[in-house]
Amino acid sequence: MVGIVSYGGYVPRYRITPAEIGAVWGIDGKSYGESLGVKAKSVPGADEDTITIAVAAARNALKRVSINPKDIGAIYCGSESHPYAVKPTATVVAEAIGATPDLTAADYEFACKAGTAGIQTCMGLVKSGMIKYGLAIGSDTSQGAPGDPLEYTASAGGAALLIGNEKVVAEINRTYSFTTDTPDFWRREGQMYPSHGGRFTGEPAYFRHVLTCAKKLMEMQGTKPEDYQYAIFHQPNGRFPRRAGKMLGFKDEQINQGLLTPYIGNTYSGAVMLGLCSVLDVAKPGDRILAVAFGSGAGSDGFDITVTDEIQNFKRENAPLIRHYIENAVEVNYAIYTKLKHQIILREE
Amino acid sequence: MQIPRFWRQIPNRYNLIGVQCENCKKVYFPPRIVCPDCHRLSIGKMKQYKLSDKGVVHSYTVIYEPAEGFENQVPYIMAIIQLEDGPRITAQIVDCNPEEVKIGSRVEMVFRRLGEDGKAGIIYYGYKFALVKTQT
Ligand SMILES: [Zn+2]
Repeated sequence: MVGIVSYGGYVPRYRITPAEIGAVWGIDGKSYGESLGVKAKSVPGADEDTITIAVAAARNALKRVSINPKDIGAIYCGSESHPYAVKPTATVVAEAIGATPDLTAADYEFACKAGTAGIQTCMGLVKSGMIKYGLAIGSDTSQGAPGDPLEYTASAGGAALLIGNEKVVAEINRTYSFTTDTPDFWRREGQMYPSHGGRFTGEPAYFRHVLTCAKKLMEMQGTKPEDYQYAIFHQPNGRFPRRAGKMLGFKDEQINQGLLTPYIGNTYSGAVMLGLCSVLDVAKPGDRILAVAFGSGAGSDGFDITVTDEIQNFKRENAPLIRHYIENAVEVNYAIYTKLKHQIILREE
Repeated sequence: MQIPRFWRQIPNRYNLIGVQCENCKKVYFPPRIVCPDCHRLSIGKMKQYKLSDKGVVHSYTVIYEPAEGFENQVPYIMAIIQLEDGPRITAQIVDCNPEEVKIGSRVEMVFRRLGEDGKAGIIYYGYKFALVKTQT
């Protein structure tokens, strides 16, 4: 049985509201936020980046189980905001959790689904017996150009899933991916901010991939929406995942627990994985979960998951629940936001 | 900072790895080669020791004139932290306002950026601390 042995999430403490952002650019940010279904987005501290967030999430995952970190045979870090263009995030994480040196490590990139791609790789390595445990991480400090619609949602956060086949708290019954060449969102090498195809990002990109992936996966598994207690869809804003859920036949009660964008914005590679963490924070044995990530460019990774009895022995309380990070937030204004993001030009020494 | 020096310190800076004198059981951070109490008796008996990542604020100060690279964090808090295992270490306390910190506040290690060698250079990571109430 291959599945999730442990999980951990992390969201930076700072928040900024759409009203605060809109005030700077002369638009009604409050209404705009409502149209996006976003109340606030997370903002990383001045000394946080994709690597520090990945480490925090990985350490939270390890606090919940007593495994030897040296038994982790693979670490994959998915992000679209790796601090280095060349030098892997995964190596720093490996060192910080004490997994070095007998392991393989690499970074993945696939917009918002780079982390779930890591889950699939770990599943394969565990299933084939090549490794005992694999750690898949999705972590981002995403950037929206100032004044761009993305600025209202692009946020920071990350999650880590420990994949193995012993003491599995949630079995991954199957994974399926749907991938095409769709230029809805991209960032060229050396560019600070991403570009996107505006309205083009909706129908042919997000909805086509998420809906097709979910439908095909349920078809393969012989399941229907009502067989799932929880459904998590990629959440670039608060509206898309609800609409995708509705189109597939899911109800809001199945979506709510895994929908975090309204409170923390779009954490990109962290988004679906943090949603899954939030669901696992409350899930009971036998609960079935459908999780569908989406990455621009474009593709969707779907996962059909069943929570096991092992979750009753699992030490969730050893690390903060996602709810803790949502409740324990501090709002900042746009001036502090630009300071935290190092956008104030300082005097040269 | 020189890259080789930082690289050698990675275990200390990432995971609070210190040493314990097997003669008197005292724990040191940063690591020492010889125990200052036991001198010759400690030679070859200083063993790696992973310190607890929890402690309390022994003393602290608020910095308004930043060290290079910390300009965006002003005002920030530097503290002497009494770790559960004995040693006191100097570290930054993050994710809170100065008025939230008290002597005796419980803190927990977090992993953060310590600095960088300019925009093209290496990024240094390591321990800082955060108030336990903001962490758990
Ligand atoms: Zn001694």
